[in-house]
Amino acid sequence: MSEASTPPTIGRSSPEITAAALATAPGFRSRHLPVIVLAVVLAALPTVLPNAYYYDVAIRILANAVLAIALNLLIGYCGQISLGHAGFFGLGAYGSAILTTHRDWTAPMALLASAAIVGVVAWVVARVILRLKGHYLAMATLGLGIIVTIVLTNEASLTGGPDGMSVGDMKLFGLRLTGEKVWYPVFAILLVFAVVLAANLVESPAGRALRALHGSEVAARVVGIDTASFKTRVFVLSAVVAAVMGSLTAHYLGFITPQVASFHKSVELVTMVVVGGMASIWGSVFGAALLSLLPDLLARFEGFETVIFGVILVATMIFLPRGMVPSLARLVRREGR
Amino acid sequence: MSQFLQLLFSGLTVGATYALSALGFSMIYNASGVINFAQGEFIMLGGMVAAVLTASGLPLPLAVLAAIVVVALVGLIVEKLAIEPARDADITSIIIITIGVSMIVRGVVEVTMGKGSRALPHFSGETPIALGGATLLPQSLWVMAVTAVVVAGLAVFFGRTRLGKGILATAHNRLAAQLVGVDVKKVLLTSFGLAAALGAVGGVLIAPIATTSYDAGLMLGLKGFVAATFGGLGSGVGAIAGGVLLGLIETMTAGYVSSSYKDAVPFVLVLVILVVRPRGLFGLGPSERV
Amino acid sequence: MQKVVKTALAALSFAAVTASPSLAADPIKIGSVLSATGPAAFLGEPEAKTLQLYVEKVNAAGGLLGRKLELVTYDDGSDAAKANGFAKRLIEDDKVDVILGGTTTGATMGMVPLVEKGEIPFISLAGAVVIVEPTKKWVFKTPHTDRMAAEKIFADMKKRGLTKLALVSETSGFGQSGRKETIASAAKAGIEIVADETYGPKDTDVTAQLTKIKGLAGTQAILVFGLGQGPAIVTKNIAQLGITLPHYESHGVASEEYIKLSGAAAEGVRLPAAALIVADALPASDPQKPVVTGYAKAYADAFKSEVSTFGGHAYDALMIYADAVKRAGTTDKAKVRDAIEATKGFVGTGGVVNMKADDHMGLDLSAFRMLEIKGGKWTLVD
Repeated sequence: MSEASTPPTIGRSSPEITAAALATAPGFRSRHLPVIVLAVVLAALPTVLPNAYYYDVAIRILANAVLAIALNLLIGYCGQISLGHAGFFGLGAYGSAILTTHRDWTAPMALLASAAIVGVVAWVVARVILRLKGHYLAMATLGLGIIVTIVLTNEASLTGGPDGMSVGDMKLFGLRLTGEKVWYPVFAILLVFAVVLAANLVESPAGRALRALHGSEVAARVVGIDTASFKTRVFVLSAVVAAVMGSLTAHYLGFITPQVASFHKSVELVTMVVVGGMASIWGSVFGAALLSLLPDLLARFEGFETVIFGVILVATMIFLPRGMVPSLARLVRREGR
Repeated sequence: MSQFLQLLFSGLTVGATYALSALGFSMIYNASGVINFAQGEFIMLGGMVAAVLTASGLPLPLAVLAAIVVVALVGLIVEKLAIEPARDADITSIIIITIGVSMIVRGVVEVTMGKGSRALPHFSGETPIALGGATLLPQSLWVMAVTAVVVAGLAVFFGRTRLGKGILATAHNRLAAQLVGVDVKKVLLTSFGLAAALGAVGGVLIAPIATTSYDAGLMLGLKGFVAATFGGLGSGVGAIAGGVLLGLIETMTAGYVSSSYKDAVPFVLVLVILVVRPRGLFGLGPSERV
Repeated sequence: MQKVVKTALAALSFAAVTASPSLAADPIKIGSVLSATGPAAFLGEPEAKTLQLYVEKVNAAGGLLGRKLELVTYDDGSDAAKANGFAKRLIEDDKVDVILGGTTTGATMGMVPLVEKGEIPFISLAGAVVIVEPTKKWVFKTPHTDRMAAEKIFADMKKRGLTKLALVSETSGFGQSGRKETIASAAKAGIEIVADETYGPKDTDVTAQLTKIKGLAGTQAILVFGLGQGPAIVTKNIAQLGITLPHYESHGVASEEYIKLSGAAAEGVRLPAAALIVADALPASDPQKPVVTGYAKAYADAFKSEVSTFGGHAYDALMIYADAVKRAGTTDKAKVRDAIEATKGFVGTGGVVNMKADDHMGLDLSAFRMLEIKGGKWTLVD
């Protein structure tokens, strides 16, 4: 493969739009106001949620939003695609399930242990595969995710096999976490936390530099940024976040199957990031909300839901190539001028 | 010995279909730098269309031909409607587009042709051929022979024809190709049509042995992607070698080691290969663009 | 930036509006979560069609307790996590009176904690023993278990003097649960499992595993435990390799599709299945005869396609519920639950159902018929 035949690099889109969404404008107001608005909205939401089902929908959105934000740090800011992120989610979920069921660990201990294991695994993996580029990285992460699914399916004595296993309630500081209304604030706080953390990371010197030099890693290295170690850390971070969300989701749902780690789920996560908007934290929140709601909204279109889903994906990418939030934000700004 | 021979036959049959799938991936990758996640759906569509047509009374050769034409058309339409308008999007977006396309194809097949599995009649009967204590289906010979013919045909196409050379040139250096007068748009369109037709050929060949259903594409596509990566993305020889190797490894693992983990072995191996030789077995050395 | 937040808010409120609950409380609401798409679609689709058909039929005949039935179905796409979400929706938002379904064991087990907590009668259409063992207060099921299938096959093997069995199971939930039950009950039946191979539901070739079995001395029979197209491929591969051992399949292939896909290779295959599939071959004296011929005819007339036992499970579930409501004289969930548990002598497509406090399926081995495929048709062995 020659020089020029290397496929287009990820993130050809210029970063200025996405940056505008959160970070570049100076001053307290524009940097903190959105987060405060988010917190207020999340705090007020329970007053309009009619029943536990809507809490459940909200929780699924919140959990996916946290996952998408973490994954977006990797895809949108580091330009590294992962088609196996559900594997880490699944490892976290099954780590918690197995340690609490077969080893009688307390849920928080199991969560921490699973997150630590996933962190180590991700670190080792990152050292090896982040050297790969574009589609090779896609293949490697895809392979990892599928291996996890196969192991979870085959080790039935531990995991219950393809039919899944049930997971006990989580107890935190003597409080039993059970039911949608108890879990909602947990996930809501996590989302606010994730948004703040991600914004800070993006604003860190390394994050800024990487973003500014988004299209070219070589250029970033030339000006003295250790992109490799930064990418490794972001990969580990997003994997650990996925593991923690996996643990919490397992306890919340009370039942998991190997499908939580499936290729399908990995693709769903990437789709949230890309449809919402790469390198846009709010894009991820929006993408997560949209893709979590779609199955419910389309539930009555018997048979055609796959087609509609596919059309939405294709149309978004063609007409709003930067993803919904950054593309729309740009439109709005143009009109404002 | 006869056991080994049997495994060899099975591995080669399965491997040949993976090779066809991998060739489709490589072809589109070469022309556009895109990994087409809808490649598996082309394979499925080929098998399904042929099966539906034969079931409605069309003679098998006609049904097969019609299926290949239909799928090639679908490939062209996909390129025109979904890939071309997004030429300037980045890789991740295009991956999402091809995933979207695969959902549309799968969904339309599900709604129009039903959810059940279908089998295509074997091309020349089902009487197994005994060979050295092992048995081989005539259809397996079809699979291997047609794969060989397709490979030879592609070699001629890329080596001798103007359009084929244009595709290779574009793969090598898009800008330079454009400068010397290669119609890049046409190249893209051709490679999608060809890749779709290749997929259909694979789908039609394997459908008598493996049966087919609307959701059969995902796994076939993934295996093709693995095989293509195995051999080195973009390399024709690599795609064929990767496909055959993958098929052999799978059957040998199932036969001699563990059938439960036979699906994991290719993925582990592909990881190992990517680590020690990031461009695959037959891919050229790595390079990076500034 | 505020615009972005507004967009997000708008999206949220849009979701809330589009899914607001309906006000009509009059009809009896039958909730159901089925795998109408995805890998288990060939099970879920006939189930969904059956429910739709028979809800219409019940309504046309005046409904239940003078009230119409209203069917609320969701498709989980064969994803157990989605089944869990939809069960929540049925219980909390649609406020249904009963839940039928869970096409797969995974989906069913994902819904079990919710129905137990929500105290709502739940009749599953999935196979595995774990659904009703241990007994759960609100959970019932209509299909025969995989353990029963294994026992029925073992009984038939004994009659033919076969004791050494090679097992080939699918890595799907159905196949693995079947594998577990087969191995667990083999020793008691005096059967020795001499080979334990697996294949993936989307595998295109299983000759490698079968070659291994072929090379094994002393094997007397092969049992394939799987669903859908997989077993058809195994069957063809068995024929290709020239293996002539007695070949058993599970009840998971009891549909016309299996014979069509396997062709001549299916000749002589035996499997345990419900009477439904041999409706016409049943003697007139058989108590199930009117029920199964009636259902098979209605289904074929309405959908122009062959009947499968899977749709029959949905028929049984709906009718057991209807029967319980009639006996309870109310749709009060606790009373209906008690009535379902008290079901006695109910004749369904799957067999004669006699529920007990510790048996929430109510079928015994007599519900299974041993069938053999002869001349491309199902025939009764005994």
